[in-house]
Amino acid sequence: MKFGIVVNEGPYTHQAADTAYQFTKSVLEKGHDVYRVFFYHDGVNVGTRMTVPPQDERHIQRNWSELAEKYDLDMVVCIAAAQRRGIMDENEAKRQGLDGDNIAPGFRISGLGQLIEAGIQSDRLVTFGD
Amino acid sequence: MNDMADTGEQTIKKFLYVNRKAPYGTIYALESLEVVLIGAAFEQDVSLAFLDDGVFQLMKGQDTADIGVKNFSPTYRALGDFEVTKLFVEKESLEERGLSEDDLMEITYEDEDDDWEEKPSIHLVNRSELAAVMAEQDVILSF
Amino acid sequence: MSILHTVNKSPFEKQSLSSCVAHASHGDAVLMIEDAVYGAVSGTAAAAQLEENKNISIYALGPDLNARGLGEAKLAEGVNVVDYNGFVELAVEHDKTQSWL
Repeated sequence: MKFGIVVNEGPYTHQAADTAYQFTKSVLEKGHDVYRVFFYHDGVNVGTRMTVPPQDERHIQRNWSELAEKYDLDMVVCIAAAQRRGIMDENEAKRQGLDGDNIAPGFRISGLGQLIEAGIQSDRLVTFGD
Repeated sequence: MNDMADTGEQTIKKFLYVNRKAPYGTIYALESLEVVLIGAAFEQDVSLAFLDDGVFQLMKGQDTADIGVKNFSPTYRALGDFEVTKLFVEKESLEERGLSEDDLMEITYEDEDDDWEEKPSIHLVNRSELAAVMAEQDVILSF
Repeated sequence: MSILHTVNKSPFEKQSLSSCVAHASHGDAVLMIEDAVYGAVSGTAAAAQLEENKNISIYALGPDLNARGLGEAKLAEGVNVVDYNGFVELAVEHDKTQSWL
């Protein structure tokens, strides 16, 4: 079965990004497919590579990046939400005249249409947020 | 099991956007509306549900000048132009908040199948009718 | 057609659980995750509301119960405990999911 996953809250303040991670991992380990993980609202903040949590804490962004690498996940950060919150890839940073980018490995920035498409293409769309 | 219509090349699913949060205090109402507007281009069968504090999104007379935040309430009235014409508002949620339909913006659309007659987009439904609307969807998005 | 409803708010802070249960139809399932698992404890007003609705099945996420010190002995009757794999199975068994955020 094909799953779409929506993450609507950022890391550390809310549990949503952790629950979404555990759920997505289980989906994949059970042999299902994940069509796309879409990060929206403050969820886009999961996709910055600039977080440095204490050594003995989980690294939420790195967990996601590693899961993406292992299973070839498509992880999309919403561009409109990302621009509001300062999540940039190299192209977008250049286009906006900014001095740097911060997107983490395995994440890509794209439009909201990717969320609708995930709803159309997936058998189940599961949302995590606050 | 699944009653989505498959028209060959394009799949049409029933999408329901569930709005349960008030505007301005958090960004959810605005960013939910942005999804609805983008989603309209995909020509799916779209409905919106307003319940709990979500009914506050449709209040008349919103004026945000003094809080320095953009007033996005006029966008709801433009939804008809995007062929988003089914807005289900829960009666019980209105009543619990001391509101009636008169407190809400008038939202209409022009029905192209009926000589462009102007028709109301807002449908007041009770709790069990709204539960039935939820039950018949293919995809439910909540923010 | 049935729905897996997920709720993640404590019922003592927000009314998401009560609203969810009021909108759940026969054959639906309600899964309490994150802070919503406080609603699974027996003897509370929230549990009473869950017990009233016999048409829906009630689940709570075990890892979230454990994290919050809520052992199975504390749970209201009729609450089924699942882990993340069980969460995935519930999502598969129902036609769609609805998150009461």
